[in-house]
Amino acid sequence: MGILEQISASLQKGNDTHVAELTRRAIEKKLPPKQILDDGLIGGMAVIGERFKAHEIFLPQVLLAARAMYAGMDLLKPLMIRENIPTSGKVVIGSVQGDLHDIGKNLVAIMLKGAGFEVIDLGSDVTPEQFVSAAEKEEAGAIGLSALLTTTMPVMKQVIDLLRERRLLSKIKVIIGGAPVTQKFADQIGADAYAFDGVSAVERVKALIGRE
Amino acid sequence: MRSILDRVRQGEILVADGAMGTMLFSRGLKAGDCPEALNLTKPALLTEIAQAYFDAGAEIIQTNTFGASPLRLADYSLADQTEEINRKAVKAVRQAVGQQAYVSASCGPSAKILKPYGDTKPEAMFESFKRQVSALIDAGVDIICVETMTDLTEASLAIEATRAVSATIPVMATMTFDATPKGFFTVMGVDIETAAARLATIGADIIGSNCGNGINNMIKIARRFRKHTKLPLLIQSNAGLPEIEDGVLVYPETPEYMAGKAKDLIDAGVSIIGGCCGTTPEHIRAIRQAIE
Repeated sequence: MGILEQISASLQKGNDTHVAELTRRAIEKKLPPKQILDDGLIGGMAVIGERFKAHEIFLPQVLLAARAMYAGMDLLKPLMIRENIPTSGKVVIGSVQGDLHDIGKNLVAIMLKGAGFEVIDLGSDVTPEQFVSAAEKEEAGAIGLSALLTTTMPVMKQVIDLLRERRLLSKIKVIIGGAPVTQKFADQIGADAYAFDGVSAVERVKALIGRE
Repeated sequence: MRSILDRVRQGEILVADGAMGTMLFSRGLKAGDCPEALNLTKPALLTEIAQAYFDAGAEIIQTNTFGASPLRLADYSLADQTEEINRKAVKAVRQAVGQQAYVSASCGPSAKILKPYGDTKPEAMFESFKRQVSALIDAGVDIICVETMTDLTEASLAIEATRAVSATIPVMATMTFDATPKGFFTVMGVDIETAAARLATIGADIIGSNCGNGINNMIKIARRFRKHTKLPLLIQSNAGLPEIEDGVLVYPETPEYMAGKAKDLIDAGVSIIGGCCGTTPEHIRAIRQAIE
C-alpha cells in the first residue's frame, strides 16, 4: 500500500496519530501537498461520507475520522498557503438565528472540509447580518444555512433578502439544509441549492462554486 | 398511590402524557428561547399543560425539564439556576395532578458529545445529571425518565447518576432510533438489542423508545425490545414525521389513527403508552379510550 492509501486507510479508522505521522512522512518524501490532500485525506473522507450515508457507520466513526483528517490538514495547511495552492473554495456556514442545533451543521462542515473546501463556521444562532458580512469579508463563494426548527426557517429567506439588498446575490451562492427543509422550500425562497445530507451538500457546493 | 412498578409488573397498561415541546411552541415559545426558562417565568402555563394531559386520562405526567441539566442550561447561561428550574417544574405539575397521577421527571440529553468523539468528560456529564436529578428528587418526583437518548454511554451515566442519588426511585429510560435499511439504530449507532441489554444492566426499571418515529415504526421497535428484555416497556411515539404545509409544521397522525394502533403496541408487550412530538391531549384521550 502506498503512503497516500495508508493515510486514507488510517483516516477511515479514525487514527489521528497515524494520519499525522504518515502525512509528515509524505511531506518529507516531497510528495506535492495537493496530492497528499486529494488522494490521502479527501479520498479517505469521501469513503467515510458514503459509508455514513449508507448507514454502515455512525456519528462516532465520522467524528473520529474528522479528527484524523484535521490532524493531517493542520500539517498541510502552511505548505498549501506557502505554495499558493487554492482550496476547493470558501464557504461560510452556520445554524440560523434562533436555532441552537448544530450537529447537522457540524457534519456538513466536516464533509466540506473533507472535500478540500475552506469552511468559516459561524456556529449556531447566527443572524442574517453576521452571515452576509462574514461572507463578504471572507470573499466566500457560498453561504450554507442550517435549521432544525421550522420556526427558524424564515431566517433563511432573510439572508437571501439581505444578499439581494447588498447586490451580492450573483456573487454568493446560498445552499440550505436541515431536517424540516425541502427542495420546495429552497425554490420558494430562491436559494441556489438544497442538500438533504452532508454528502449531497458537498456535491451541491461543488456544482455551485467548485474549482477544478 | 400504588407504586408505578407494582402496577406495570402486574400487567396493568398505563397511559403517559404527550408532547411538551410542540405544546410550548404552539403557546408562544420562540425558537432559540430556553424552554425550561418558562419554569421560572410562566409556571402557570406548565400547570395548564399538565392539567390538560391529566384531564385527557394520562396517569404519568412529565416535567418541563428535558434540557434542565446544568450542561445544557449553560448554553443559555442558566446553569446556576438548575435547582430552581427543576424544582419549579415539579411544583407546576404537582399542582395540577396532586397525588392522582405520577410526576415523571424528564431528563434529556446534554447535547454534548463524550470523549473520545467529542470534548466532554464522562465525569462532567455524570455530575451534570446528578445535579439535575438531585433537584428533581428533592422536589418529590415519582419517577425519573431518561429520554431521547442516542448515546448508550450518556444514557448509562444518567441512570448511574440517578442511582447515586437514590437507590429506590423508579427509572425509565428511552432511546431514539432511526429506521435504516439495515434496521433500527440511533445516530450514534446503537441497536435495540444492545440498548435493551445495557439499560437493564445499569439499573433501569422500565425501558423503551421515544421520538424520531411514527406509531408504525414504534410497534416494530417495541416488538424488537420485547424479544431482548423482560423489563416493562414504555413507548412514546411522535404523531408521525412532520411535514410542511404552507410554511407550517404539521404532524400527520391523528388521535384516531394513533389510538387505533394502541392495541398493536399492547400486543407487542408495551406497558406504558404515551406520545412525543406532535401529540396533544386529544391524542392521549383517544389512546386512553382505546385501551379501556
